[in-house]
Amino acid sequence: MIRRAPRSLGEHAPILFPALMLIVFFVIPFGLMIAVSVARRIPGGFYEPDFVFANYERFLTAFFGGVLSFSLELAALVAVVAVGIGFPFTYRLARLPRAAQVRWLVFLLSILSLSEVIIGFAWSTLLSRTAGITNLLVAVGLMAEPQSLSPSFGALLAGMVYQAFPYTVLVLYPALARLDPALVEASRTLGASPAKAFFTVVVPSQRNTIVATLIMAFVFALGSYLLPQLLGRPQHWTLSVLITDQAIYQSNMPFAAAMAVFLVLVSLALVGLALLAGRKEEA
Amino acid sequence: MKIGAGLGRGLGTGLGRRAVLAGMGGLAAAGAAGFPSIVRAQSKSLKVGVYGGYFKNSFDKHIFPDFTKATGIAVEAVAEPTGEAWLIQLEQAARARQAPADVSMMSQVAMLKGMAAELWQPLDLAKMPNAAKVKPALINKYADGRVSGIGAVSWYITLVTNTKAYPQAPESWAALWDPANKDKLGLLALVANSFLLDVTAATFFGGPKHLDTEQGQLDCFRKLAEMKGNVKLWYRDEAQFEAALKSGEIPMGQYYHDVTGLAAADGHPVRSTFPKEGGILDSGSWAVSKASKAGDLAHVFIDYMSQPQVQALLSRKVGTAPTIDRSATDLTDKEFAAVSSDLAPIIPRYDLYLSKADWLNQKWTEMIVG
Repeated sequence: MIRRAPRSLGEHAPILFPALMLIVFFVIPFGLMIAVSVARRIPGGFYEPDFVFANYERFLTAFFGGVLSFSLELAALVAVVAVGIGFPFTYRLARLPRAAQVRWLVFLLSILSLSEVIIGFAWSTLLSRTAGITNLLVAVGLMAEPQSLSPSFGALLAGMVYQAFPYTVLVLYPALARLDPALVEASRTLGASPAKAFFTVVVPSQRNTIVATLIMAFVFALGSYLLPQLLGRPQHWTLSVLITDQAIYQSNMPFAAAMAVFLVLVSLALVGLALLAGRKEEA
Repeated sequence: MKIGAGLGRGLGTGLGRRAVLAGMGGLAAAGAAGFPSIVRAQSKSLKVGVYGGYFKNSFDKHIFPDFTKATGIAVEAVAEPTGEAWLIQLEQAARARQAPADVSMMSQVAMLKGMAAELWQPLDLAKMPNAAKVKPALINKYADGRVSGIGAVSWYITLVTNTKAYPQAPESWAALWDPANKDKLGLLALVANSFLLDVTAATFFGGPKHLDTEQGQLDCFRKLAEMKGNVKLWYRDEAQFEAALKSGEIPMGQYYHDVTGLAAADGHPVRSTFPKEGGILDSGSWAVSKASKAGDLAHVFIDYMSQPQVQALLSRKVGTAPTIDRSATDLTDKEFAAVSSDLAPIIPRYDLYLSKADWLNQKWTEMIVG
């Protein structure tokens, strides 16, 4: 591997293709979205190209502020819970025999093939009064009568963590599989309990991986717009749900675009802050 | 507006089981039709947008084959999502001079919004003697008198209940406000497709006049806020509520009279009731995108669909109410009663949903989310 920075065009070539893809599939669409977000809405109609900030002004109210902060908190909670479960899980997984690991990974990958619609409907059935898990609890005598557990915040959280979980495991897996077992062995030899070794040696050694996974799960959860509708109550609708409403049902593209731009900027800022904080601590 | 009954319709992702089945049915039908009609299909074919799910299935099965037989025009049915979602797709496509469907069935709010953007081709009633007989109120016109749409079908949104959970049918829309129904209702999630402002005005404020002023509209919002605690599900997707209504998970709500009737006929424990204040009468119009090059064929199609026997067939097979005068059809009293009601209907204030769209939407969202 060349350790110095690439100099000639030829050395830069390998990144030309990804750069092109990034421009075509991210920069240009995002630019279009910004252009639409300052367009002028024609009530009852569509929009005309213009340069107005009315759409941003409409967004800057306590109501949308509340929805935005709920969306951010929900995404953060989903990320923390998914990584909280995913990290110990992946740590154990990486220590299983090869064949068992492959089976688990194939299983997790297969979850990724499920669409959000299927996950949402499956969870709402699972948590329903008529066909849900509370019927099992009634059957074994733990509950008096079946209850409906959805829609609720708990149902929404469960659905979103379920969806984010395979991603967190797949991101954590390479780093944890490469973790040197000698580290844990050394701490155990020095008298640490398995739990202490896990929390004082394994977790700190993977700090960067954990932060990266948290950020990925956070951004992933922030975009969720279907599960909040299927598993949550209106107060659990995220900003993405309202963006969908505006874009698809109200034909208000400029306002939808303004909200989307705002959401992207806020999440970029939060991710930037997280990375900055991580770097400072390291220094 | 009317939403198709497929999974994920209007929600952007996923292909419903029904949509897949409908697609397979379409393939089978094309196969059965044989080679000559495929050749003909290439020369004369029309893309028709109808709401996906039960609706499109019924049209594919009972209506389109006869039309093709009668006119030699092949129909390519397009499953369209919720009125306004489809409106946006048509509008975006028209900007690129494309028409994802030549003729589409549009709900009234979407129809009016499309008219505001001059999206619809003017239609010529002289070329459509049958369509000219559609009830005048169901013929859409531009301000200058050009015809923009022809009433396709009418449908009612009524009070629906699960018969196991409610042995006795409710009598009034006021049942939605009954504290005994806490956490039991499924209602449409949007201001302009639930028409609950109109329902509130009719039930508690003496009728649609009360919605004339902003004060009156706010009264209705305040009244609606009182029953928020009764609502378990605000649905955008028909399939979600329909399944919950059948199972009894959400035993009461507002839903389409036609689809509920079909479900009851299939043996599900559901019923649709016209409350004493009237059911909500909404309708779909046939409209032709300005980007379509099949305007002539579209005229033939719309005229065919407006014939008395076809309107009667729609009532019998799809469960919609006719858009022409009932006496012109051969519907029996019993058949007519199954798709309509003698009670004066609640007719939505479409003018309001157009002129104050953004304000109403904002208040509505704050009401249910806040």
